[in-house]
Amino acid sequence: MFRNQYDTDVTTWSPTGRLFQVEYAMEAVKQGSAAIGLRSRSHVVLACVNKAQSELSSHQKKIFKVDDHIGVAIAGLTADGRVLSRYMRSESINHSFTYESPLPVGRLVVHLADKAQVCTQRSWKRPYGVGLLVGGLDESGAHLYYNCPSGNYFEYQAFAIGSRSQAAKTYLERRFESFGDSSREDLIKDAILAVRETLQGETLKSSLCTVSVLGVGEPFHFLDQETIQKVIDTFEKVPEEEEGEAEAAAPAEQGGGSGSGDQDVAPMEM
Amino acid sequence: MTFTIPIDNGDSLKNAEADSQRTLYPYVTGTSIVAIKYKDGVLMASDMGGSYGSTLRYKNIERMKAIGKHSLLGASGEISDFQEILRYLDELVLNDNMWDDGNSLGPKEVHNYLTRVMYNRRNKFNPLWNTLVLGGVKNGESYLGMVSMIGVSFEDNHVATGFGNHLARPILRDEWHADLSFEDGVKLLEKCMRVLLYRDRSAINKLQIAKITEEGVTVSQPYSLKTFWEFKAFHNPTAGAEGSW
Repeated sequence: MFRNQYDTDVTTWSPTGRLFQVEYAMEAVKQGSAAIGLRSRSHVVLACVNKAQSELSSHQKKIFKVDDHIGVAIAGLTADGRVLSRYMRSESINHSFTYESPLPVGRLVVHLADKAQVCTQRSWKRPYGVGLLVGGLDESGAHLYYNCPSGNYFEYQAFAIGSRSQAAKTYLERRFESFGDSSREDLIKDAILAVRETLQGETLKSSLCTVSVLGVGEPFHFLDQETIQKVIDTFEKVPEEEEGEAEAAAPAEQGGGSGSGDQDVAPMEM
Repeated sequence: MTFTIPIDNGDSLKNAEADSQRTLYPYVTGTSIVAIKYKDGVLMASDMGGSYGSTLRYKNIERMKAIGKHSLLGASGEISDFQEILRYLDELVLNDNMWDDGNSLGPKEVHNYLTRVMYNRRNKFNPLWNTLVLGGVKNGESYLGMVSMIGVSFEDNHVATGFGNHLARPILRDEWHADLSFEDGVKLLEKCMRVLLYRDRSAINKLQIAKITEEGVTVSQPYSLKTFWEFKAFHNPTAGAEGSW
């Protein structure tokens, strides 16, 4: 995408009917580190890559619990993501308080999309620069949605967003037809395998990813490192020497690897 | 029962928010509602009377209404407040239907919504002068609950409002059991309603029984209970000891 005279304002249409500021906001999502979601009929798994700013710092939180039956994974401007997660938690708890019943995830997602749309139609606002993978339950079972900065939302069997998400998507495209009837364990395994695809060569370790599960009869929770490592061990048999080499290669890769367009990853995008 | 709050809110001709906005006392009231869970769902009974103080003024008031697909609401107390509640619920159900997404409000949700409404009104010293009974069935599970005008809310296997609390509940405590058949349930309710008819002066002999099951709500046609007044003591009430009555 190149700069043009219609891209300064979110309230300016281009002659071809595009809102460039909204599209630029969607670019910000592509810069963030990968987030993956998949669902079966009864469970939803959200997984993401833990990217830290530097070796000295800890990684940013990208998966949030919204309620016992809803979780969200974000990619893009994490600050925007946090604000929207807070909004989702608020909506969810208000509904629970009034109706003593969990807010159906499909309705939450529409509220979220409407909120995002407002920012595409006010000259004094900017669109949220974050993509959200919302997983949750309602009366008809488990659902996975993707909420876009544009205010659109889509339902998915499986999806990946953020940098190098195409690799994960390719993997998921091969396997998604079986997800509906997958067991919980298989679903988790597929999620971690999809995360591995985005790492492209880097050795997969439990410290590099965060995985969360929710399902019918199972409230949202994160899987601990041990559990994740056990799953990884079932398919990664990396001998000692290779691991050492991969470790040396990894930091170099991290600095260079990024989405399309910008040379550097902006500090606010993770 | 008077309920006056001496607040000076200015000249009520000029100030729209003056005391005319507050509920002070009820005018047209309905008497007891009795409801029980049974094998297939919930049964609810009420008479069709609307009293204006001690006058039995209106005799065709339906005090039980279906709410959405899964619930049945019965009300005792001020009839106009009941109608207001029905308007709130109408809007609630409408918005729920507009989502058109396969999710629907069940009796638990409606009950809790009503609890919030009643309690919030009570906190503003402007109550809706009703005791509400909410029954329903969703996904095979029966639900029966009650909310009072001060926001006291609970669930139970059998509930009653007004005089029903005193006259019907003891009968229900003794004779209710799980998995009552429809016929037994109706018999039990009629037993309670008969006692109320004899002993509650605001009761009239024209009642309806409503049933809610997984299939939906049916409200019966109004009918009356057989009563017996030929007790010997009624023939010559003052015969025998004076003041015996």
